[in-house]
Amino acid sequence: MREISVDLIRDCVARLCQEANFLLPPDIMEALRDAAGRETSPAGQAVLDDLLENAALARSRRMPICQDTGMAVVFAEIGQDVHVTGGWFEDAIRQGVAQGYTTGYLRPSIVSDPLLRRNTGDNTPPVIHTRIVPGDQLHLTVAPKGFGSENMSAARMLSPSEGTDGIRRFVLETVEKAGSNPCPPVVIGIGLGGTLEKAALLAKQALLLPSQASNEQSHLAELEKDLLQAVNDLGIGPGGLGGKVTALALHILAWPTHIAGLPVVLNMGCHATRHAEAYL
Amino acid sequence: MERRQIQLPLSEQAVRSLKAGELLALSGPLYTARDAAHKRLTETLQQGLPLTVDLQGQTIYYAGPCPAPPGQVIGSVGPTTSGRMDAYTPLLLQHGLRVMIGKGQRSPDVIAAIQSYGAVYLGATGGAGALLARHVRSSEVIAYPDLGPEAIRRLVVVDFPVIVLIDTKGSNLYLSGPAQYRRDR
Repeated sequence: MREISVDLIRDCVARLCQEANFLLPPDIMEALRDAAGRETSPAGQAVLDDLLENAALARSRRMPICQDTGMAVVFAEIGQDVHVTGGWFEDAIRQGVAQGYTTGYLRPSIVSDPLLRRNTGDNTPPVIHTRIVPGDQLHLTVAPKGFGSENMSAARMLSPSEGTDGIRRFVLETVEKAGSNPCPPVVIGIGLGGTLEKAALLAKQALLLPSQASNEQSHLAELEKDLLQAVNDLGIGPGGLGGKVTALALHILAWPTHIAGLPVVLNMGCHATRHAEAYL
Repeated sequence: MERRQIQLPLSEQAVRSLKAGELLALSGPLYTARDAAHKRLTETLQQGLPLTVDLQGQTIYYAGPCPAPPGQVIGSVGPTTSGRMDAYTPLLLQHGLRVMIGKGQRSPDVIAAIQSYGAVYLGATGGAGALLARHVRSSEVIAYPDLGPEAIRRLVVVDFPVIVLIDTKGSNLYLSGPAQYRRDR
C-alpha cells in the first residue's frame, strides 16, 4: 500500500490544467507543421501559420492557447495499491481545477445547471473518469475540452448490417456539418462498439492518443487511414476556408459489443486537442 | 499577404466595398458579446426598451476573453462559434448592427439579413486567442458585468487580422473556399 495525499493530487491537477492550456503537445505541434508543409490553399496556409505562431506565443508568455479554456476532463488511473490520505479524492481533483484555473487566469466557462446557466466562477466541477488498475501509482490526465469542437460531436446507434459503409457515412456527415465550427484542422476520436456511453468514452480517449499512432488491429488501422483521407477530401481545410488539411489525425478505439448493435461516437477535437499528464 | 487597412466603425459605403475572401486589418472600437449577452440584448429590444450599448453602425465580436493577468490588457481572446448567435442576429441587424466577427457558418436567415441590411460577417482565426490578444489595446466592461466572461466589453483594437466571410451580396467564403478543394470519390 502506497499513500498519496490529497494535497499532492490537488496541486498536480492545478499544474496540469495550466500546462494543458499553455503548452500545445509536441505531437500536435509536429502535425501542424507537417500540415503547413502540405497545404496548398493560401487561406488555409495563413490559418496554419496563425495557429503555429499562436502556439509559440502561448508557450513563451504562458497564455492560454485558446480563450475557451474548456471543461476540465480528468482521467485518473488509480493503482489498486494506492491509498489516498487526508480527504476525498474527488474533492482534491475539484480543488485542483479551481486552483489551476483561478491562479492561471484561465476563463471560467462552467455553468452550474444546464438550464439555469449560472457561471460557477472557478471552472468547477470537472468531469472525472476513474479506473482502478494494477500497481501503486496514480496516473492523472487533464484534457480541457472546448465546446466549439465538443458541440460538433455526435453519436449514432448503427445496425450491424451498415458496417464500415455506415460508419463512413456517419463520419463524413458529422465532419461536413461541423464545417468551420470546431476550429479545423481537427483531431477526430471515434469510439466503436460497447454501449452508448462506452463508445462515447472511447471516442474521448481516442483524442488523447499520440497523433501519429494507429490502431494495433490492421482492419481498424486501415479504416482510420481511409476515413482520414475521406475527411480531408471534403476540402473544408484550415479554418474552414478551403484546403487539403481538414483533420490532423483520426483515431479509432473499439470494444466488444452486442450481437444487435454497432454503436459509433465521434468526438471532435479542435486543432489543439489539449491534454497534459503526470504520474504520482 | 497584403491586408487592407480598415478603420472602425465602418460606414455603410465601406461595408459594401468589402468582398468575401478579402484580408483586412481592423483598427478602432468593437464590442464583445456572446450567448448570454445576445439573449439579454434581444429581450431588451423585444420589450421596446433602449439598449445599454448603442449598436448603430457598430461591430460585435463574438468572444469571451480569458481574465487579464496583472499588467496585461486582456487574456486570450479568439472568436467563438457564431452560429449560436443566429437566432438573435437578424433583430440586431435590423437595429443597426453592421459588422460581426466570429467563426463558423451562419443560418440562411442571417445571410438574408446581412444582404437586406447591408452588413458584413468577418472571420478571425479560430483557436488563435493568444495571437489575437496582442492586437487589443484596451478593454473595459460596459454592460452586464454579472455575466463574467460573457459581459459586453468595449475593446479598442489595432491591425486586428480578419478575413471577409460573407459580404453584402451574400457571397460566402465558407462555400466558395472548400468547393475548390473538395475531391469527390
